[in-house]
Amino acid sequence: MIFPGPVKDKLIKYCFLGAASTSILIVLLIFGFLGKEAVPFLREPGLGKLLDSRWVPVSFVQERFGLLPLVTGSLVVTMLATLIAIPFGVCGAIYIAEIAGSWEREIFKPFIELLAGIPSVVIGFFGLIVLGPIVKEVFGLSSGLTALTGALLLALMSIPTIITISEDAIKSVPRSYKEASLAMGATRMQTIIKVIVPAALSGIIAAVMLGMGRVIGETMAVLMCTGNAPMVTLSPVEPVYTMTAVIASEMGEVAFGSEHYRALFWVGLVLLFATFIINYIAQKVLHTYQQR
Amino acid sequence: MEVKIKVENLNFYYGPTQALFEVDMEIPACQVTALIGPSGCGKSTFLRTLNRMNDIIENTRQQGRVIIDGRDIYKNGIDVVGLRKTVGMVFQKSNPFPKSIFENVCYGPRIHGTRDRQVLAEIAENSLVRANLWDEVKDRLEASALALSGGQQQRLCIARALAINPDIILMDEPASALDPRSTAKVEDLIGELRKKYTIVIVTHNMQQAARVSDFTGFFYEGRLIEFGRTQKIFTQPDQKQTENYITGRFG
Repeated sequence: MIFPGPVKDKLIKYCFLGAASTSILIVLLIFGFLGKEAVPFLREPGLGKLLDSRWVPVSFVQERFGLLPLVTGSLVVTMLATLIAIPFGVCGAIYIAEIAGSWEREIFKPFIELLAGIPSVVIGFFGLIVLGPIVKEVFGLSSGLTALTGALLLALMSIPTIITISEDAIKSVPRSYKEASLAMGATRMQTIIKVIVPAALSGIIAAVMLGMGRVIGETMAVLMCTGNAPMVTLSPVEPVYTMTAVIASEMGEVAFGSEHYRALFWVGLVLLFATFIINYIAQKVLHTYQQR
Repeated sequence: MEVKIKVENLNFYYGPTQALFEVDMEIPACQVTALIGPSGCGKSTFLRTLNRMNDIIENTRQQGRVIIDGRDIYKNGIDVVGLRKTVGMVFQKSNPFPKSIFENVCYGPRIHGTRDRQVLAEIAENSLVRANLWDEVKDRLEASALALSGGQQQRLCIARALAINPDIILMDEPASALDPRSTAKVEDLIGELRKKYTIVIVTHNMQQAARVSDFTGFFYEGRLIEFGRTQKIFTQPDQKQTENYITGRFG
């Protein structure tokens, strides 16, 4: 034996500690890296530039780096996608967990997993070719590439997350609640609405939040299907430019160290901050519901 | 004595497995009837046929008749919701909802259409009083039911069952998870409830059956071996198997 027992024990402990700490380290590194690239923008041309209402990174007259259109773009798409996804995801989860027979479940589950596994670029492709023209027709627009188009695709992508996690939450509601409710003469629907869903609510909210996390960070489908016009708008049928799409499409061709380059890092920081906030709210909500 | 529940030639199956064999029983009104027998003998399954709770288990079926107040509850077109309003149930593990004490008691009345807050408050008080819980919780009706002790939770579940004003209360080992003091309280409660309700109680605990019941049915391997007055079953049973079980020679 190379090491005596206690030393070996300690070594093993530190190995595990190291593995567990990796995620903390990575997050800090990413933060540091983003900050390092973003900070010089504060000195030249100054933070005020980011509060502009327009994003015109390449111009012979004046370059403008207002984050507002990008933030509203992401906001519209995320909110819309979440609103669309919640009824489908939650009702789907309720059906699969509580109402569907076992053979139905065996049909639904693989398809939901399949939907979760479709690469986002393929979904974007579908949006570009199929969904975009439909949106254009229905709303009589000049272009089908709008916030709504992107939101529909993102809803599609977040539904499997919401269904899977909500379903777990619903299934983990003790069977005894259900029996108690049914034994008092409640119908199956009353039992679902008044007992099972409230008991599973924290899990369902966590599921929605995780779905939202996926939506706000999703890049490819929105890049392909939202039109990428940096306008300040909250209308679903206008083209928008999301934070993710800006970074993905412009980072590749930007001059290293330029103001544009640094502004893109600010976009990244804001995006990171937004996801933190979503996570934080999710945790808070989870916590309050668990305490009840 | 008036017969409340009449069971005729009842067979019950979980998929291919038969769990009850040709059970006949006449359960008298406003008495406590205890069902005893070793684990897996079918006594809980039998209890759950009386309010059709077995319906929610997939792949089950039954033959024979269960007649409550002159109506066969397995006949086509019977209203299961109405049946379960008449036949309340208390479970082995206390299972209050993760809601307030008040909301737990009012759950049944609410789903059956009572909206008036005043009426609900009266029902809640009445039910809690009848379940011997009112004095312990009257100051904290809005507190979570999960904050109550195990014995209080079980009496809350009894109050919840009483709130829909049933005629019959089924109890599936209601005291098996409780400490002796809480058990005594629940047993006292059963004694009081028999004045107004027909009670059928499944129990593992033979002393409990002897203490609380007027009639006893002994189940073994899915058959009702013997049914009669508790005093007789426990002192001079007709069947050898009953005697062996009662005297602790098996089970």
